[in-house]
Amino acid sequence: MNLHELTIHEAQDLLKTKEISAVELTRAVLDRIQAVEPLVDAYITVTEALALKQAAAADKIIGQNTARALTGIPIAVKDLICTRGVATTCASKILENFIPPYDATVMKKLTAAGAVMTGKVNMDEFAMGSSTENSGIKITKNPWDRSRVPGGSSGGSAAAVAANMCLGALGSDTGGSIRQPASHCGVVGVKPTYGRVSRFGLVAFASSLDQIGPLARDVTDAAILMQTISGHDAKDSTSIDTPVPDFRAALTGEVKGLKIGIPEQYHALEGISPDVLSSVKKAMDFYRDAGAELVDVSLPHSQYAVAAYYLIAPAEASSNLARYDGVKYGARDTGAASLIDMYKNTRSAGFGPEVQRRILLGTYALSAGYYDAYYKKASQIRTLIKKDFETAFSACDILLSPVTPTPAFNIGENIDDPLTMYLSDIFTLSANLAGIPGLSVPCGFSNEGLPVGLQLMGNYFEETTILNAAYAFEQATDFHCRRPQL
Amino acid sequence: MTLTKEDVLHVATLARLNIDESQIDTFASQLGKILEYVETLDRIDTSDVTPTFHAVDKSNAFREDSPTDHLDRESALGNAPATEDGFFIVPKVIES
Repeated sequence: MNLHELTIHEAQDLLKTKEISAVELTRAVLDRIQAVEPLVDAYITVTEALALKQAAAADKIIGQNTARALTGIPIAVKDLICTRGVATTCASKILENFIPPYDATVMKKLTAAGAVMTGKVNMDEFAMGSSTENSGIKITKNPWDRSRVPGGSSGGSAAAVAANMCLGALGSDTGGSIRQPASHCGVVGVKPTYGRVSRFGLVAFASSLDQIGPLARDVTDAAILMQTISGHDAKDSTSIDTPVPDFRAALTGEVKGLKIGIPEQYHALEGISPDVLSSVKKAMDFYRDAGAELVDVSLPHSQYAVAAYYLIAPAEASSNLARYDGVKYGARDTGAASLIDMYKNTRSAGFGPEVQRRILLGTYALSAGYYDAYYKKASQIRTLIKKDFETAFSACDILLSPVTPTPAFNIGENIDDPLTMYLSDIFTLSANLAGIPGLSVPCGFSNEGLPVGLQLMGNYFEETTILNAAYAFEQATDFHCRRPQL
Repeated sequence: MTLTKEDVLHVATLARLNIDESQIDTFASQLGKILEYVETLDRIDTSDVTPTFHAVDKSNAFREDSPTDHLDRESALGNAPATEDGFFIVPKVIES
C-alpha cells in the first residue's frame, strides 16, 4: 500500500483504526513530493517541519480518540491563501518575501479540523491565467504529459492532487481556476456558491467573483473538504449566513428524476474537440440510463460572457492590486527619488506581463470617459447572464456541459495570444458572473491519454445536488481511479 | 479598436506602471484586440438593464461596534520594506 495514493476518506478509515499513523502518512506524502517535484514543479514552498509537527499532534489526538474531520490528512494550499508565518507569494515577485501575520479563515478551519499542511502550491501570478504559465516562480507541468499545462490558475493544486503529492488541496476560482485545472489533471474540483466560503485572507483578484474551493481525488473527498471550509464568517462581509448542509451525507448516488439541463449554446459551440464532445455525450447517456431527465435549456447571453468577464475581472483586479505599492508589504524599488517613481518602479519590476496587461485593461475600462462603455456595460450584461441561469433553473435542477473546449494544451502554445487563452474559459466563467456553484468531475480521456472533465453547475447553494450527481457518475465509472505514471 | 502609443502610456501612468519602450507596441496590439472583441457587447441594448456588481444579493453586513483582537503594531509593520518608530517610511513627498 502506497500511503500517498490514498483518498482522504480511505486515509481517515486507516487512521481511525490505527492501521497507519498520521506521521507515516505525512512522511509518505513528503517523500513523494521530494521524488516527483522535480518533474511536476507543483510546490512553491514545502512546509516539511510544520507538517511533521502537525502530524505528530494528530497522532496524539487520534490516540485520545478525539479525531476531528481532517485529523492527520495532508493538504496542499494554493499560494494566495494567507498562512500565518508561512510565505504567501501569489506566485509573484512582488510578494516573494511576504509572510502573512495572520491565517485566512479557511486555514483556521483546516487547522481546527486537524489537517496537516504539506505546503503552498503554484498558480498563475495573482490567479490571472488558465495555464499556470504566468507564475513568476516556476512552470508547473501536467502530470499526465509533462509537455502540457496543468491548467490554471490553481494548476499547482490540481497537479499536486493528481500526482499524489497531497491528499487534497485548496484552490480558488474566479473564472474557472479550480474547475479547469481539475479537468486537465483528472481530479475533482468544486467552485462553491459565491458567499459559501469565507474569502477573508484570500488575496483578492476580482472580489465579486473569487471563491475558494477544494480539489480532490474523488467526489467524497471534495464533499469532506467542502464541509470543513464552508460557513458564514463575520470577517467577510460578502459571506452568506445560510445553513451548511451535510455534503457527504447528500451523496446517495440516486439521480432518478433529476432534471439535467443541456445548454444548447454550449453544445453548439464550434471548436470543441471531438474527444471532449464524445466523453460528455457518454456522461449524458449515463444520466439518461440512470433515470435522470435531460432537458434542453437556453442561455442566450452565454456568447457574451467572455467579453463581460474580461472587463469586470480586470477592472476589479486593477483596483485590488493598487495596494502593491512598495509601502506596507512586498518588494520596494529603492533607487527612486520620488514617491510616484517608487510606485512605478516597484510595480513594474514586481508584476509579470499578464498581471500588467490586466491592470492596464482594467484601468482603461474604469478610466474617465470609458466607464459607461466598458465596466457598466459589462455589469449590465452580467445581469442578463444571471437571469439566463435563473430562467434555466426554473426548468431544471442542474446544468451539464464540458469544462473546457479541449484537453490540456501544450506549454507555450497560447502564451503570446491572450485572447485565445481567454476564450478557453467559455464554459466556466459564467458561473462566477452569476455566483452559482459548479464542479468538474473526470469523465473520460482523449485519444492522447489526457483527462477530460464534465462540468455540472447548480442553483445557488445547491452544491449537494451537483456533488451527488457527480458522485452517481463516479460510482459508475473508473476515470477517477486512474493516476498518471511519473 | 486600436490603441495608440499615447493611450497605453496614459493608462500606464494611471495604473502607476512603467512600460518599456520595446513593449508599448505589443501591449497596444494585445489590448486593442481584446477591446475589439469586447465590442461584441454593443450588439445588445442594455439601456433598461440594471447593472449587477455583486453576484449574490446582500445588503450591508453590520456588526456590533465592540473591540476585538487585531494585529499588533509590530506584526502589521513586519512586512514593510522600511519602518521607523512604528511608522511606514516612504520617499519624500513634499518638494522642499
